[in-house]
Amino acid sequence: MQYDLVVVGGGPAGLAAAIEAKENGVEKILLIERDRELGGILQQCIHNGFGLHIFKQQLTGPEYAERFINILKEKNIEYITNTMVIDITDKKEVYILNEKLGYKKINAKAVILAMGCRERTRGAISIPGFRPSGIFTAGTAQRFLNIEGYMVGKKVVILGSGDIGLIMARRLTLEGAKVLAVVEIMPYSTGLTRNIVQCLKDFNIPLLFEHTVIDIKGKSRVEGVVVAKVDENKNPIKGTEIYYECDTLLLSVGLIPENELSKKAGVIIDKRTSGPFVTESMETNIEGIFACGNVVHVHDLVDYVTLEAKRAGKAAAKYINGTLKRDGIKVVTINGRGIRYVVPQIINVNNSNEVTLFFRVDNIYKDCKLEVRLNEKVIKSIKKNKVTPGEMETVNIDFSKLDVKQDDKLFVEVKE
Amino acid sequence: MYDVLIIGAGIIGTSIARELSKYNLKVCVLEKDNDVANGTTKANSAIIHAGYDAKNGTLKARLNVLGNKMFDELCRDLDVPFKRIGSLVLAFDDNDVNTLHKLYDNGIKNGVKDLYILSKEEVINIEPNVNKTVKAALYAKTAGIIGPFEMAIALAENAYENGVEFRLNSEVIDIKKEDVYVVYTKNEKFKARYVVNCAGLYADKINDMVSKNRFKIIPRRGEYYLLDKSVKLVNHIIFQCPTKLGKGVLITPTVHGNTLIGPNAEDLEDKEAINTTREGLRFVLDTAKKSVEDIPVGMSITNFAGLRARTELDDFIIKEAEDSKGFINVAGIESPGLSAAPAIALYVLDILKSSGLEFVRKNNFKNKRKGIIKFSDLSFEEKNELIKKDSRYGRIICRCEEITEGEIVDAIKRPLGATTLDGIKRRVRAGMGRCQGGFCSPRVMEILSRELKVKMEDIIKDHEGSYILTGPTKKEVD
Repeated sequence: MQYDLVVVGGGPAGLAAAIEAKENGVEKILLIERDRELGGILQQCIHNGFGLHIFKQQLTGPEYAERFINILKEKNIEYITNTMVIDITDKKEVYILNEKLGYKKINAKAVILAMGCRERTRGAISIPGFRPSGIFTAGTAQRFLNIEGYMVGKKVVILGSGDIGLIMARRLTLEGAKVLAVVEIMPYSTGLTRNIVQCLKDFNIPLLFEHTVIDIKGKSRVEGVVVAKVDENKNPIKGTEIYYECDTLLLSVGLIPENELSKKAGVIIDKRTSGPFVTESMETNIEGIFACGNVVHVHDLVDYVTLEAKRAGKAAAKYINGTLKRDGIKVVTINGRGIRYVVPQIINVNNSNEVTLFFRVDNIYKDCKLEVRLNEKVIKSIKKNKVTPGEMETVNIDFSKLDVKQDDKLFVEVKE
Repeated sequence: MYDVLIIGAGIIGTSIARELSKYNLKVCVLEKDNDVANGTTKANSAIIHAGYDAKNGTLKARLNVLGNKMFDELCRDLDVPFKRIGSLVLAFDDNDVNTLHKLYDNGIKNGVKDLYILSKEEVINIEPNVNKTVKAALYAKTAGIIGPFEMAIALAENAYENGVEFRLNSEVIDIKKEDVYVVYTKNEKFKARYVVNCAGLYADKINDMVSKNRFKIIPRRGEYYLLDKSVKLVNHIIFQCPTKLGKGVLITPTVHGNTLIGPNAEDLEDKEAINTTREGLRFVLDTAKKSVEDIPVGMSITNFAGLRARTELDDFIIKEAEDSKGFINVAGIESPGLSAAPAIALYVLDILKSSGLEFVRKNNFKNKRKGIIKFSDLSFEEKNELIKKDSRYGRIICRCEEITEGEIVDAIKRPLGATTLDGIKRRVRAGMGRCQGGFCSPRVMEILSRELKVKMEDIIKDHEGSYILTGPTKKEVD
């Protein structure tokens, strides 16, 4: 089997990337999805709030996905579901597995990685206690409720104030469960402010900052959890324990880009993002292998995933028709003070005059400036009332107006 | 009426059951839980020890060394993962070096082959990640790693195939001695000429039902970290010098390619206290850092705790009760119990023999057990051939461990098959990987529900009462 472009993953990133590639002249595209249907995690996000930036509309997850799925079908882009990509080589050989085709090798001219991310688990943060049933990651619980149609519990404590956790607090309440508390180890939420208001405050669900779950009780099913306040080193403070009698513990403690396949292909992972190092064209260190969406870095809004995926789709098309430039001046982006990471990490100015930088701050800052410097020179300074790690920031840089040299450094920093 | 009734389907009960199934005997295994291998067998270091550690002259020493030699053939016959990767005991000061020599001498006395004292350079050469302050190490080439619950499940399946009966969910509540033994569970009673007590943590309770010679099982908890497969810390089983509390915290690859770190040792009263603790986990990590400084704890995928069934004696208790002929205790099987298990089975057969049980070999004994096909281990061609025969092997259910629907269905359909999420996990590893079942558990439950013809709400994680779903979501209102 031979394709021009193979897109791994049929969520928002993969869909937009495939469509954009087709619009830019790529003929033979195959999009591969491991689940039963296209749309990825959007299909279980039945709440609204998607598409505000791109469509200026409040769509639900499935509605947002449907728009792209319809275009994909209209454009006759080939796709297969229920299919697992088992391996990808640096020669862009993609090994797939499904019931109809069996185990097959596909040769591709270019590959776009769009596998998304997975949830951090209890094991990753080593919550002590028993290991009963009734402990779910928020996304798994969301799938049980919204796709499978089952409730996961009656009295719930949620650890972590990530967006899925907040959304699930509201969803479970609407389904008749009692959400006793949302517990967050940090002094701030990692979710969107609008979700804290609409999902917790509107339902009188308490949000405890600087608290964590220190013990899980129950030998068969969860019977309760012990929550305690933490000190500045995140160690529980004795005497602050609160016992919640509950049958369910939901975890919304972070997302990890899913790059096991990327690594098999020799793609180098940036420790700051847990995703591949990418260029302005969303190309990884392996020529012709691109990446976009949550596999690169965890986004807050799907709209940004779509924008990033379009970049990858367009660049893959250029790569396939031989117009993606390799030579040219390369600038490196650097996360300076107060910034956790910047994507893309490398910019070839020859390929694009205007580049959007995506980045996240590492703490809450009030009345500050987000500053971009080219070496020593400040080229952009944006005033902000408040920035939080839960919300991704973006800055557009127009390189046509800048005098850049090879290996110049582009710093992004928070100035208080 | 049974010839032999075995109480407990852990590694010891299943080892004895399989050994007895070679003979024309009517044998039944009673297990209180809903699956085999669901106690201490499922939560331990998964090591087949070489046998230098246990004190010369003890049953532990003798049966460890004997048992160790039996694993190659046994694992080949039963299709169980086992690797002889060798173990190292690290010494960090002169005292430790002294201990190494004592262990070496004890090992030689115990009859352990292939024991060597390695120099610092030799250690670092084969284990580049160990702490550079290491001075020397005791290398035991014959030590190995195994899947302990896979082993017990395989033994049980093979015993079953050879005619042994298994009664799950059958907790023994009383035993009466009439002309034969009458063993009571909640709903049934079983008559048997011989009873073998392999009840692990509860062996004292079972003994008390029969014998006046009491002993006490002290649950000794050990907590562990399991790290992601992408972490490669060590090539051998890495021990520190033993202390009073046992062989200490080890770091080892598992037979499936993860890294296992633990255990600590804490004596408790509660026989069900398999909870991890903040202090215990911290101790494990801090102690392990002495062996390997740089442990990527962020790559932890799960923690667990197991309880060793120890007694105050420094040895296994394997003997016929003096005041009750035909009742055999196999108790206090703490480390190296797993390593000794095949030899313990032979030893118990000897006891039964000298107690008058007559052994006649079956001529149709099947020594081989066909394990569940590991799809991801097959070649390109084999994979395609298998999918052609059964398309369910073309559907990956567990992404992390690459487990197909075909494997999961096999785990359910085979004798003593899985009925719970954890039962599936122990048989085929679905849910054992880095996402810990986040993606696959809804799919696995669906398959369990379909194959066992039970409702989704009735699927449980592990023990009775470990339900996962509480009912359907609200229905649409017209």
